[in-house]
Amino acid sequence: MLIEIKDMYKTYTLGETTVNALGGVSLHVDYGEFVAIMGHSGSGKSTMLNILGALDTPTSGSYKLDGREVSTMSRNELARFRNQKLGFVFQNFNLLPRTSAVEQVELPAFYGGCKLSARARRARAIELLTMVGLGKRLYHTPAQLSGGQQQRVAIARALMNDPPVILADEPTGNLDTKSSIEIVTFLQELNAKGITIVMVTHEDDIASYAKRRIVMKDGKVDREDDPRLGEKAV
Amino acid sequence: MSILMIFRVALRAIWRNKVRSLLTALGIIVGIAAVIAVIAIGTGAGEQMKTSINSMGNNLVMIFPSSMRMGGASMGAGASNTLTAEDGEQIEKDLPNLVAGQTPMVRASAQVIYGENNWSTSISGVGTGFPVVRGWDVGEGSFFSEDDIQTGRRVLILGKTVVDNLFTNGENPIGKSIRVKNMSFKVIGVMERKGSNSMGQDQDDIVVMPYTTVKRTIQRSSFNNVNQLLVSLYDMDDLDEAKAEMTSLLRQRHRLGAHKEDDFNIRDMTEITEMMTSISSTITILLGAVASISLIVGGIGIMNIMLVSVTERTKEIGLRMAIGARPWDILMQFLLEAMTLACVGGLIGTVLGVVGAKAVGNIQNWPILITEGSVLISFAFSAFVGIFFGFYPAWRASQLNPIDCLRYE
Repeated sequence: MLIEIKDMYKTYTLGETTVNALGGVSLHVDYGEFVAIMGHSGSGKSTMLNILGALDTPTSGSYKLDGREVSTMSRNELARFRNQKLGFVFQNFNLLPRTSAVEQVELPAFYGGCKLSARARRARAIELLTMVGLGKRLYHTPAQLSGGQQQRVAIARALMNDPPVILADEPTGNLDTKSSIEIVTFLQELNAKGITIVMVTHEDDIASYAKRRIVMKDGKVDREDDPRLGEKAV
Repeated sequence: MSILMIFRVALRAIWRNKVRSLLTALGIIVGIAAVIAVIAIGTGAGEQMKTSINSMGNNLVMIFPSSMRMGGASMGAGASNTLTAEDGEQIEKDLPNLVAGQTPMVRASAQVIYGENNWSTSISGVGTGFPVVRGWDVGEGSFFSEDDIQTGRRVLILGKTVVDNLFTNGENPIGKSIRVKNMSFKVIGVMERKGSNSMGQDQDDIVVMPYTTVKRTIQRSSFNNVNQLLVSLYDMDDLDEAKAEMTSLLRQRHRLGAHKEDDFNIRDMTEITEMMTSISSTITILLGAVASISLIVGGIGIMNIMLVSVTERTKEIGLRMAIGARPWDILMQFLLEAMTLACVGGLIGTVLGVVGAKAVGNIQNWPILITEGSVLISFAFSAFVGIFFGFYPAWRASQLNPIDCLRYE
């Protein structure tokens, strides 16, 4: 089992009221899955993704990824964990301004203790960019790339350290329909190569590219199905 | 991430905001330049004072005859006539480890005449130790010998100013006869040019003779007392010991009983040296402190810009954290950026300070002295300012929460 979330709570205190962003969620994701997490705003899907991404820690409950308990890690351990095990794809791409595509893609390797030589790092970045179809735009800065191209740079960056999981937070939210389909198809191709993908989205047609759909409501998993087969209540 | 790579990131961030970086560094540039220039000018002035004091002689100790009491009435300074050239010789003989040389000094003034030219000057009657004690050599010809002293021979050595005024047509004065008090003296040497002393007195306006000649021939005195003994020590650290030894030796030689006052005074240059150097170093410290304040203001400028930079790049910080930057990596990134700003500013400021000090020195004709120490210290100080004022913004950046950063607009 790749991701094991058990009985997870995340509580925010806003003045005197406490809000349960997550209210006892349990979730399993196996190797090679393509999961779409859906839900209305306030359903807890963003909190869920933040915790999955080791960007946030749960109030209680356990989160194991690849057999390791994440919820008790220190800040430094979390940083290393994110670097090695996760690749992030964001709604607004989050590329560094005025930095070439190749350098963007190399970035995760810098923080990984630098196992690769400078030349190997560059070669891998070029290979990844070629794979996402940007082999001719290696040295373009974000301002010189379209939204779809920027998101592809971000995907190449997410793949740099060969993580087992890619977390995509509304990856098509800022893209037109054509680019959206391009990106989600690309994620599907990556999934076919064995990379596990967890994607948050609110668009049904984007979610339909996933193998499994999880709908969240009020901090819990409401229902779960395979979008390709039909609905199945939990 | 290795330090070198973080450094490259920092450099790039500085380069991207060229104007802003330059203006920020300007605070440090001005501060460092001011500190370097002030210290250069201040140390230069201090050194010049020391040189001019040293030009009076090497590690000089002066022994003067003091007042003498006759039946309760003080006769005033220099009244006793017990100080003799033999006292000096005995000091040199008895304290060979302390005393490098000594000379008696008998002063007179007279008109000297050569051909149609005449010149009124001061005459110093001295011993053979004079060049050593004053650190002043004979330029041409030679100094007189012990034999000249014994026989009180009429020989003399001229200072440059006297040569310039007597030998107006450029003759070689060596071997010529000049007249002093209607007696003929032979010129055997010319002293090197010494320039003016710290009081602005022309030290080259002098005629040097054996003290015996001055005593017997010029002053026509039958006493053998001298105006002054000049003693040169090997090391000023031995000053107190030397003073004590000389005092006991002279008291013994002058047969002073236990209850009698000294009939001589021993003086040295340390007081005046200390006073002058303390004045110059006080001024240097004061001006340096004022200049340092501008450096602190420059540091605050760096802190300000770094805080702006951290806020501006919140999203970048969030992204870097998401892809694996530890708090330490973020801290170092911003700290190195601040340090680089400060150090580059320090470097430019050092160059400007050195050039500025030299320019001021040339225009105002002030002596300036740039020591490696002052340059290194200022540069290290600029790096310190960078760390000190860069730390808080960098620390704040490193403590940010990645989720908040990623959401920050």
